[in-house]
Parts: sequence; C-alpha cells; structure tokens
Amino acid sequence: MTILMLALLLLLLSGVAAFLLRSRPTAASVAGAAGPVAAAMLALVPALTVLRGGEVLSTELPWAMPFGRFCVQLDALSALFILPILGLSALGAVYGIEYLRPYIGKYSIGSSWLCYNLLVASMVLVCLARNALLFLLAWELMAFSSFFLVAFENRRKEVRNAAWTYLVATHIGTAFLLPMFLSFGQAAGSLDFAQFAGCLGPAQAGVCFVLAVIGFGTKAGIMPLHVWLPEAHPAAPSHVSAVMSGVMLKTGIYGLVRVLSFLVATPGAPPAWWGWLLLIVGAVSGILGVLFALAQHDLKRLLAYHSVENIGIIILGLGVGLIGLSAGAPVVAALGFAGGLLHVVNHAVFKGLLFLGAGSVLHAVHTREIDHLGGLLRRMPLTGLTFLTGAVAISGLPPLNGFISEFLIYAGAFQGTVNGAAPVAAPLVLVILALALIGGLAVACFTKAFGIVFLGEPRGAAAAAAHESGRLMTVPMLLLAGACLAGGLLAPFLLPALATAVAPLAGAAAIAPLQTAGPLLVWVSGISAGVLLAALLFAAWKRWLLTGRDVRRAVTWDCGYAAPSPRMQYTASSFAQPLTDFFEVLLRTRKHMRLPDVHFPTAANIETETPDVSRESLYAPLFNATGRVLSRVRVMQSGCIQVYVLYLVLTLLVLLIWKL
Amino acid sequence: MENLVEAILVGLLISDMTVLASSRVAGCIRVTAMQGLLLGVLTLLLQAEAMSLRVVLMAGIGMLLKGGVFPYLLARAGKEAGVQREVEPFVGYIGSVLLAVAMLVVAVWLGTRLPLQVHAGQTLVVPAAFMTMFTGLFLIVARRKALTQVVGFLVFENGIYAFGVATVGEVPALVELGVLLDAFVAVFVMGIAIYHINREFDHIDTDQLSSLKG
Repeated sequence: MTILMLALLLLLLSGVAAFLLRSRPTAASVAGAAGPVAAAMLALVPALTVLRGGEVLSTELPWAMPFGRFCVQLDALSALFILPILGLSALGAVYGIEYLRPYIGKYSIGSSWLCYNLLVASMVLVCLARNALLFLLAWELMAFSSFFLVAFENRRKEVRNAAWTYLVATHIGTAFLLPMFLSFGQAAGSLDFAQFAGCLGPAQAGVCFVLAVIGFGTKAGIMPLHVWLPEAHPAAPSHVSAVMSGVMLKTGIYGLVRVLSFLVATPGAPPAWWGWLLLIVGAVSGILGVLFALAQHDLKRLLAYHSVENIGIIILGLGVGLIGLSAGAPVVAALGFAGGLLHVVNHAVFKGLLFLGAGSVLHAVHTREIDHLGGLLRRMPLTGLTFLTGAVAISGLPPLNGFISEFLIYAGAFQGTVNGAAPVAAPLVLVILALALIGGLAVACFTKAFGIVFLGEPRGAAAAAAHESGRLMTVPMLLLAGACLAGGLLAPFLLPALATAVAPLAGAAAIAPLQTAGPLLVWVSGISAGVLLAALLFAAWKRWLLTGRDVRRAVTWDCGYAAPSPRMQYTASSFAQPLTDFFEVLLRTRKHMRLPDVHFPTAANIETETPDVSRESLYAPLFNATGRVLSRVRVMQSGCIQVYVLYLVLTLLVLLIWKL
Repeated sequence: MENLVEAILVGLLISDMTVLASSRVAGCIRVTAMQGLLLGVLTLLLQAEAMSLRVVLMAGIGMLLKGGVFPYLLARAGKEAGVQREVEPFVGYIGSVLLAVAMLVVAVWLGTRLPLQVHAGQTLVVPAAFMTMFTGLFLIVARRKALTQVVGFLVFENGIYAFGVATVGEVPALVELGVLLDAFVAVFVMGIAIYHINREFDHIDTDQLSSLKG
C-alpha cells in the first residue's frame, strides 16, 4: 500500500513540477509525463499481486475531516480498475509530450500537465477510497481536473461550450450520488464503506440502486444521460480524450459495481427488476450509441458515441450478472459480471488506442472531418495498422480482446437461456439480440471509419500531405495494439484474476463456475492463434510466389476510369446511408438537399447532420423550462445594495426569532 | 452606579433615534462619535469591580477610534464628496422614527426571550444593544448616500460592541483589538471607496450603482 501512496505522491509532485516549469514547455512536458509513467510502474507490482489472489492491502492516513477518514484499500476489484487507469494514463502521457508540441506558445502546457496528473491521481484515489467523503472528494477532483483538460484550447468558443456542458452534466450525476451515500451513511451510522454492506432495507436498497445507476451512469455515459460525451471528447486534446473515454468513464462503472457489492448483501436482493433495468439501459445505450456513431462525420465524435455503445455492453454484462444472482444461477452471474468487468479493461485498451490513432490523424491533417480524409494508410502506415487493430477489437471480432469479453457475456446469456426458466430466459434473449445487433452495427461503423479515413485516395490537400507521427506517439499505439492481441490470445490466463475481482459481487461461489469457462476460452484462443498463424503463412506464401515477378503499383480506384478523381469515392455519409435510413425513426437525421432535377445534371449538394436526440428532446426542454422558472427569481436581483442588505437582515432576524 | 449605567443606555437609545431622524450627514457623524464615547464609559462602568490596566486601555483605544478617528475620517470624506444632507431617503424621517419604535419593541422582546446571563439591574443592556444594531442595519438599508451607510455600519458595530460588553464581560484582548481593527480598516476602505465613487460618478448614491448590473 505504501507503494501506491508513493505513486499518488509522485503524480502530485510531477504535476506541480510541470506547473512550475510552465515557462519552459518542453521541460514541463517531460516533467509532467514522468509522473504517470513512474506511478504506473510502481503500482504494477501491488495491483498484479492482489489480482493474482494475494492479500488485500489497506491502510489509513491521518485526516482531520468531520465524518471523513482517509482509509484506502486495494482489493481485486480496485486493482482491476487501477491497472488500466495507470497503464493507459502512462501511455497517454508519453503520447501527449509530442501531441502537445504544436500548442507550445499558444496554450499553457504546464497547467495542462498539472491537471492531467491530478486527473490520474484522483481516478486512482476514487478506486482506492473506502470512505464516502473521501470518495466524493476524489470524484469531484476528477471532475474538475478533467473539466480544465477539456477546456485546454480555451480560446475556441465550441471548446468552452463543450467543457461547460461536461461540468454541468457531471454535477447532475453527483447530485444523485449525494443522497445515495447519505442514506447509506444514515443506515450504517458511518460513512465508511466497510459498514455499508447490507445495511439498507429492501425498499431503500431499491431507491439507492436507481440513484446509483443515474449518478454513476451520467459519468459512465449511459443513454440518455450521455450528452457530455460527444461534446467533450472531440474538444479535448486526443491523449486526454483517450484517458477520459478509456478509463475515466470506467470510474462510473467502478462506482456502480462497488455500490452493487454493498446492495447485493441486502437480504432478498437483488430483485429481478434491478437486472431488467440494467439490461434495458445497456441495450438502449449500446444500440443507440452505435447508431449515432454511424451517423457522425467527425472522427472523434464517432469514437465518443462508441464509448456510449461499449458502456452499454458493460452494463449489459452487469445486468446478466444481476439476473443470474436474482435467479440463483451462479454460472450466469459469474459469467455476466466477469464479461462486463473484462470489457472494462478491454475497452480501455482499444478505445485508448483508437483515440490516440484519431489524435495521430488529427495531428497530421488538422481536421476531424472524415469526409476530408482518405488514403492515409500509405502515408501513415503505423497509425493505420494500429487503428485497424483497435477497430477490429472494438467490433468484437476474434482474435482480439473485444471478442473475449463479449464472448463471456454471450456465454452467460446462452447458459441462462438454455438452462433457465422463462423469467430468466426472457431477459437473456434480449441480451443476445442486443449484443448481436450492436456487434453488426459496430463492424459497419468501423468499416466506414477505417475505410474512408485510411483507404482510397486523399479527399483533400491536407490528407495528401499527411506524414507519420513521431515515435513518442506511435510507440504507445503499438503497445496498445499489442495489448489488444495479447488480451485475445492469453484470455484463459486472465480468468483466475477475473474470478477474484468478481467475488465481492457474485460471492465466493462464483469462482468455481467461472473456471468452467476456462476450457472454452482455451479453444477460442487456440483457434484464434491458429487462424492468425495461417494468415501469416498465407501472407508469406504470397510474398514468396510474387518474388521475381513483375509487380506493378497503380492508383487506387483505377479500375476502368479514364481519369479517376477522389470525388468519385464513397463518402462516409453515402457509405452509412442505407443503415442510417433504415433507423431513421431513431436517428432523426436532418438532410438539406439540392437535387438535380433536369436531364443534364447541374450543381447539386446534400448536407446531413444528426443532432443528439437526448440533448434535443430531453436536456434542452428541461433546461429551458428550468431557466424560465428560475428567471422569475431574478426579480429579487435588483442590483441595489440596500435591498441585498435587507435580505440579509431579514434572513438573520427570522433565523434568530425562529428558534426562540 | 446602576443609575449611571441606565442613563448611558438611555443615551444610547436616544442617539439611535437621533441618527434615524436626522437628515444632516455631519450631525449623524457627530452622534455616532458620541455613541462611541458613551460605549467607552459603559465599558469602564460595567467592569468597575474588576478594573485593570487592560480594561482601561481597551476602553481608551475604543473611545479614541470611535469618538475621534472615525468621525474625523468620515467628516473629511463627506467634505470631499460635497455631501451635506441625505436627500430623498428610501424611508422618510417620520417613517424611520415610527419604525424605530417598532424595532425597539422587537429589541425588548428579544431581550426578554434570549437566555443570557445578565447582571441584575442591567436588564436594559441587551435591548439597547439590539436596538443599536437594528438602527445600524436600518441605516444601511434605508439610506441612499454611501456615507450614511458607513455611518450605519459604525452604529451597527457599536451595537455589537455593547452586546459583547454586556453579556461576555471578559473579552480576550486579542478579540477586542481584532474587532476594532476590522472596523478601522472597514471605515478606511469605505472612505477611499466613497472618494472614488464620487470622482467617477459625481455622486455617491448607491442605488444608482445598479446601472452597473450586467
């Protein structure tokens, strides 16, 4: 535990050092990035030890705060979240050194690093805290440091707007967490997590469950509370987007899982509707998330919607687990929770990779518009290759890690459907259908993203002039791509670690059923490895066959056109159009068209935009109505000092007289 | 002795009424100065049995500041700003006095209800202190000129001081000095602020400052 505290201290020191060095940006970058890297290396040992079934570490530091205790603990669940947090943050920091270089002189690099280190430290602390007050403080520190990170390019209006949207949304979430922790604290008589387990009655537990889903769900980005994601992720610098999307969202999942571990200890819990609620939330987030991603033109916005989708998958996994628990089916429960938690780690890896890849593209071409890109695979081979790896992984295709976690959730759902009674089977069929739809649409979406950005011919001068990013940016991406592959091939070895992490939720009884999935995963990984090997062999064979023959290279799309031009290619919108039209009801894409209506075509154009449904029809009306009601209160704000003093005096007098 | 204390308290109440009824700024400042002197004497009288150098020093510094330095600073600020009388206050002078009577009733009621340890024969102290506080707050709320509001602030501070002397008795020297220093700084800052407001806007009518509102 001392090592982890030391890691936190290092993060703080490195952040402050970067801030003090802010007049020398290059040195500040190095100082700021050193902290996350060192912290990740330090924390690796204790986290892995705990995950491998080692002793749970805990300690308490002196902290003079009413109701608060600085007690921290590293159990398997915390370790499972801390590993990706520190790992991705360290890689993101190395990447950031080079990514931020063009901003030197325009924006404050040192302050950005201070916030980055604070964000990493607060995320770690959120996962370690075992006192509600400490947890909430770390939670708020996380919200504020990421707010300042999003607002990095603060001279651009849209960036400022995105940051404010994020700040408001995240605090709405916290507003739901406060009453939840307070009712826990009231029932337990203490704000320490150790007293929380099973302290609530069934009705109270239900209320707290809903509060936790809304409060933590806002941070995690479930539909329809996800409004800040598609705004904040594109606005932030790419390594920050990677950390925010890859791991900061997961602190929401961590909170939900942690609270669930208190709630499932309630006698009679969990009732079946908890599972249903999570399944519906997960299915809605997953399906709508990927659909909206399909309709986007902005690369990072597209990735942000994919975060919503993947959070949906994780929630689906947790829902399967809860259904299994309430039906007394330990295998289903263990597989569901394990799949969900494994997807947390996997999503951190491939979404981090994808955002870093998108950042590398942005770094080279200075635009996020997918339709202005094209042909980047030739010009940026490493970025292209790693982005492809991430795309395959996020689509849940073997042999990469995304497949494994979705496979575990599928396995749990099928297990319950085949062996369970109707009340268990019905929701699990929903899970299977939702996961299948999500998977299919995700493949379509990443075919679009990868195909339009990296294949074909450049659609603009910037894309044509693109060049590969430097090593500080490509090496983190290569490492993450390697992790995607390793996660797919080494899956059977991950099971014991997952079992220890799932134990607080599904009970110690979960460990044995989870082991049954072992042989299954050995098969999956074995076949994957075989296919991969075969592909490599085929590639080598092709190369061998072609040696010594005349190989000609031609322009892409050269098949038969006399004078091919980049404008003949598919655009992102046209590629996605069949699917977006099919789901028109949900997406409500707006089209502005000027079609040629004479026999000899003249000028024509089409514009499409897909505004966020929940922003347009949930948040906007809600905030406008609140604004209208509260504007009446402005009558009080006369601006006259005398009136304000009168308010103060009257309030004080009333308070004084009230108690007499 | 008790008669003397009561006489001073009555003097305090009368000075409150005078401040409320007077339109002349210079007059108000003079009355406030007299209040400060009265309070100094009150301190000495109430602590008569436990007279010490500290008490004398405290009372002396208080009288010097409230009876001399503050009024001088305020009078100078008023002269520089060219303010002689409060024109068109939010609450007229007759209305102010009528309201003062109501405030007195509330103050006396509060004095009977508050569970305070007061020496026998000094039951008038708490109502008088409350009345003085109310008067100060009323001046801040109901008057237009920034200068009168500073006077209100001083009167309010006097009320708090009287309350403290009556109920707490042995106030630690540091706290007392702190309060005095606060008041001193406040008056100083307000004096400067009034000077600047006047130079910028050609008047010190605080209600017109609302045009600064965004």
